[in-house]
Amino acid sequence: MLRFFALRLLRALITIGLVVTFAFVVLRLSGDPALIILGPESAPEAIAAFRKAWGLDEPLWRQYFSYFGAIAQGELGRSMRDGRAAMDLVAERIPATLALTIPALIIKIGIGIPAGIIAALNRGSLTDRLVMLLSVAGFTVPSFVLGLVLVLIFAVHLGWLPSGGQDSWRHAILPIATLGIGGAAVLARFTRSAMLEVLGQPYVRTASAKGVPWRQVVIGHALPNATIPTVTIIGFMVGSLIAGAVVVESVFSWPGVGRLLVVAVSNRDLAVVQCILLLVAATMVVSNLIVDFLYGFLDPRLRHAGGRSGS
Amino acid sequence: MTDRAIDTAAASPGLRQRLAGVPLLVWLALAWLGGMIAVALLADLVSPYSYTAPNLRNRLVAPGHPLHWLGTDELGRDVLSRLIASIRISLLIAFGASLMSAVVGTTLGFLAAYFRGFVEQVVLMLADFQASMPFLIMALAVLAFFGSSLPLLIGLMGLFGWERYARISRGLAIAASAQGYASAVTQLGASPTRVYLKHILPNIASTLIVSMTLVFPEVILLESGLSFLGLGVQPPMTSLGNMVGYGREYITRAPWIMLAPALTIVVTTLAVSILGDWLRDRLDPTLR
Amino acid sequence: MISLVTARDLARTYQLRRGLFGRPVAVRAVDGVSLHVGAGETLGIVGESGSGKSTLGRMVLGLEKPDGGTVAFDGAPMPEPFTAAWRRARARMQMIYQDPLGALDRRLTVLDQVAEPLAIHGRGLAVERNEKALAMLGRVGLSRHVVMRYPHELSGGQRQRVVLARALMTDPAFLVCDEPVSALDVSIQAQVVNLLVDLQESLGIAMLFISHDLRVVRQVSRRVAVMYLGRIVEEGDADELFATPQHPYTRALVSAAPAPGSKRERIILTGEPPNPAARPPGCAFHPRCPLAEGRCREATPALTTLGGGRRVACHVVAGPAAANREAA
Repeated sequence: MLRFFALRLLRALITIGLVVTFAFVVLRLSGDPALIILGPESAPEAIAAFRKAWGLDEPLWRQYFSYFGAIAQGELGRSMRDGRAAMDLVAERIPATLALTIPALIIKIGIGIPAGIIAALNRGSLTDRLVMLLSVAGFTVPSFVLGLVLVLIFAVHLGWLPSGGQDSWRHAILPIATLGIGGAAVLARFTRSAMLEVLGQPYVRTASAKGVPWRQVVIGHALPNATIPTVTIIGFMVGSLIAGAVVVESVFSWPGVGRLLVVAVSNRDLAVVQCILLLVAATMVVSNLIVDFLYGFLDPRLRHAGGRSGS
Repeated sequence: MTDRAIDTAAASPGLRQRLAGVPLLVWLALAWLGGMIAVALLADLVSPYSYTAPNLRNRLVAPGHPLHWLGTDELGRDVLSRLIASIRISLLIAFGASLMSAVVGTTLGFLAAYFRGFVEQVVLMLADFQASMPFLIMALAVLAFFGSSLPLLIGLMGLFGWERYARISRGLAIAASAQGYASAVTQLGASPTRVYLKHILPNIASTLIVSMTLVFPEVILLESGLSFLGLGVQPPMTSLGNMVGYGREYITRAPWIMLAPALTIVVTTLAVSILGDWLRDRLDPTLR
Repeated sequence: MISLVTARDLARTYQLRRGLFGRPVAVRAVDGVSLHVGAGETLGIVGESGSGKSTLGRMVLGLEKPDGGTVAFDGAPMPEPFTAAWRRARARMQMIYQDPLGALDRRLTVLDQVAEPLAIHGRGLAVERNEKALAMLGRVGLSRHVVMRYPHELSGGQRQRVVLARALMTDPAFLVCDEPVSALDVSIQAQVVNLLVDLQESLGIAMLFISHDLRVVRQVSRRVAVMYLGRIVEEGDADELFATPQHPYTRALVSAAPAPGSKRERIILTGEPPNPAARPPGCAFHPRCPLAEGRCREATPALTTLGGGRRVACHVVAGPAAANREAA
């Protein structure tokens, strides 16, 4: 058990290390980091100080390590647009993004999981077909198309809701709906197949053959086991709370982290991009870790890892 | 020789029988994709106008116009012609990228399977990393650092999904080389290249093709998403996502500019998904 | 007789891990086996599953590197596995598998697969290779109308003939057959065995024939070695060994598969079947041996020559003979 968590922790650290390495390599390939991070109009002494601080005059492998050190100390550079610290710029956008993604996550789970379970329990029925149809649609319709179609219907045609901006809670409805519907479809499809797999397992069939009431079989045996794979995908959704809203925020001109990223990329505001990249990696890694810990408690086979995994 | 008479029982069913079992939906999907590929290949022949040619007298014409079946945009450019040009670019990127990621992933998977040990661990670690980071964010970061260009875009998309091919090909190659035909051929004295390319690859190709049909629609969605954000294909070149992003500005006055490419994206990804699901059931029920 | 293949003191130990955190257990699959096969001669290896006979075959063929001991082929040491020299050497030594369907590539036609060894070793043009392959397919008794078929369209016997034809394409001097007929129907076994014997005699190939089936081994081999838990317990001329088995294990085996007409009493072995992961100390056979004495639990018996080329590893049986020899 301890070894299991130690391995997961190590993997998490390696992932962060890889992201930092990725940023370092890409940064190094694209030009002089001092000019890129500070911006070309910075004072020469600032650039010199930066070079010294980041050790740009040293051999590459030492630069690599000082880069790690700088990032570990939270030295993430300044936006070249207004000279503010990239970290502050990103941090002030986080609430706006969470205001969209957390309600959307609740919708995804609240609709997706029950829909998937109901579809699996009534396999082949009309409900099942309907859920599958909608979930395939949810996968094939990109979020920007879904968002624009919603705008077309509810803002342009019916005039019920605003099409963009962040002035009131009514502005949040369409973006949340866009995010939630797409995610619910994915989750429904996933839950359904996880459920079907569990329902086909010998122990479930044995339980129902022994005369255990079907309701009890589902609640007592099938659901807990289907939870395990579903937790993974929910973990991925939590991990992408920050990253998942890039497109939708742009569609609805919602001033969150995603919109900031798109603007920063088109302006090549690299310090901001790098900061968001690390933020996303960090949330991803943390949520993965949480999922791994949950796994450890949900799956008795992992809890007794090392024991005979027959059962 | 009694055993000579026994066989021929397991002979494969005739082509006609096989075709009869193909559901209508799959035929429709195939027809759509065939049409799309034909349009992409023959873009210059079927396109009624040049996709960049403005016609200032016919601006924002609604669909159904005798000269412009799908209408025009605010510069009077023919939407159908722009759609055809976009299909060509989007399919080029999607095919190029899918092929690239299949090649990259399969190669890495084979290397991991052949060398095992350290090489395998590195490949698996990179695959884990790739799978755990949202690809859109990584792609945006690269585009921020290097700026957008078509070769870079295809190369970037070509990294999408490589980890799936790598995992699949590694697993299958290890299974194959541990026992059976691959070790038999190795034992005949064949070089690793021969074993992997002439024997293992054809044997696992069906699984790889199925995974390709799963990756392909995601590449289309990813490219159209990037282009929609204005960070993918750059004007004057146009792609499906590009058109949607551009049409967004006219959503109140001329929604057809946006709806035509949006519908094309949806139906195309749907068609590939239907085809992929069907192929998966036929060729490889173990994949999900 | 000049020895084509000589193996000395071969040993192979696997690390078997039980569970994720279990301590690895060393399993000695093969433990100090020496053998030689003369040119054109057949040596049969008999043993139950877990006796290490397949591992032995793979090591003798150079497919697996022994942990201890050496293999020499035609006077030269076996090259390191998977090197270029090793690959070249494959043309001279080949393997026949238990599962012919698994050993064939299901995506290639019979003709392609049989011609492949020539392509691998760069012999001849494509046309010549195909001609040779056709000739070889005829020689193993396959008619022309199967050559364009795929392995799954053939019967088990036909598949094994294809594997055999492929193995013979490069005129090998040595063939290891690992349970070549045990997956086949009994009616077809005899045909394939007869074919093997015919080809082996007419082509002068040396063979290591591994099987758990005494009758098949008797039919094919001139000499036979009996294996039990990684060691050879008895070895000798096939006819003599089956007529007068010495080692108690061999006696039990022979009595369980009586030759037609023989009225020997059947010996039933008691105790656990052999498990290489829990190898008893001393003579590995002693827990099941009707003759076991005190020393059998402590000392592992060595192979002792009894005369007439017969060698036995048993304290009880070889005891007097060994004592006589020491006294002499």
